[in-house]
Amino acid sequence: MAQLVSLEEAISKVQHGMTLMVGGFIGCGAPDQLLEEVCQKGVKELTLIANDTGILGDAMSQLIVQRCVSKLIATHIGTNKETGRQMSADELEVKLVPQGTLVEQIRAAGAGLGGILTPTGIGTIVEEGKQKLVVNGTEYLLELPVHANVALLKAYKADMAGNLVYRRAARNFNPIMAMAADLVIAQVEHIVEVGEIDPDEVMTPGIFVDYLVQKQPREVTNAG
Amino acid sequence: MEWLVKRVAQEFNTGDVVNLGIGIPTKVANALPEGIKIILQSENGYLGVGPAPEVGKEDSDTVNAGGQYATILPGGCCFDSAMSFAIIRGGHVDATVLGALQVDEEGNLASWMIPGKMVPGMGGAMDLVVGAQRVIIAMEHTAKNGGLKVLKKCTLPLTAAKQVNLIVTDMGVMEVTSKGLVLKEITPGLTFEEVQACTEASLSYRAE
Repeated sequence: MAQLVSLEEAISKVQHGMTLMVGGFIGCGAPDQLLEEVCQKGVKELTLIANDTGILGDAMSQLIVQRCVSKLIATHIGTNKETGRQMSADELEVKLVPQGTLVEQIRAAGAGLGGILTPTGIGTIVEEGKQKLVVNGTEYLLELPVHANVALLKAYKADMAGNLVYRRAARNFNPIMAMAADLVIAQVEHIVEVGEIDPDEVMTPGIFVDYLVQKQPREVTNAG
Repeated sequence: MEWLVKRVAQEFNTGDVVNLGIGIPTKVANALPEGIKIILQSENGYLGVGPAPEVGKEDSDTVNAGGQYATILPGGCCFDSAMSFAIIRGGHVDATVLGALQVDEEGNLASWMIPGKMVPGMGGAMDLVVGAQRVIIAMEHTAKNGGLKVLKKCTLPLTAAKQVNLIVTDMGVMEVTSKGLVLKEITPGLTFEEVQACTEASLSYRAE
């Protein structure tokens, strides 16, 4: 059963040196308020697993800008120039992974699989150092499961049992990461009572979710 | 450039599931021949990509794979990244249209990095090129500095080996075959010799 907790209490579980998984795709579906709190708390030496590192200026990008991360596993870093700069300066270790491979590695960790076989990356530098297997005449790379200590997710709706519903393209990596971390924290826009979400609508079963954090309304300030 | 976009748009049949890369490829959606209806996939998680929203109707949960505001057409559907790449890698995408830094006569593609200069990451490109039924490259025939891009052998790190089927440029249309590149069409106003002079790979000419 999930617990509804404060932002501070949830993020108190994110500690120095942990491996952190964060949902989102160029900011869409990223749990901005959870990320802001991680930055605020000043946690360092994190290993970050995410599709990308956001757009310079958004909450995801700040994890990199404020140097919370020492190792990054991602598919694309082109929308945050600071990530590329830290990588070139050897200040940040970056491992780039094809998107379809990364999501299946995370799924494998959550689904109890020893790895996945994918044709993606064969004949490219992605195959370097990896075991290859031939199945029915086709060559595949063995890609290993990717697990994290904590997953930070964003959902549109949740009930108090932790069942999650995502909206539109904000789903992306979130439901997959929900399965692959020791502790799962979801930032949620609408939290409702048990029974108010139809079982057929649930996208992430509540048993995967440990903490729910209510997204706080923010005052919109007009510059100038 | 207009010719290039229109020419790529002729490659589809009604009902095709198509994933378009960023840049020249996205313009293809607006240039489809009359009566052709395709289903666009966005790898961040939906089918049925519609036009950009009207000003004031942007939805922060509905963006395309380039992070720009988008819409989802009636009949479209949303899914997670594992489903998205099952669709892509599993051969359920009929065609993908991508740009390229280099492409060669064996159908090898380099599109994701220039060592020491540009390392944005491959995103979904490697899966798309491996998984799509047809891989169509849409690009300028030569680089801005005049460098050749249609080569005998790619020199930059590959996105995928031997997966490209068709190359459409501002100079013509080339098919990748077991015997090398076949120039099927030449842009009106150009000659075979002019196209060959801008191409490192040897072209054979076969008008359709």
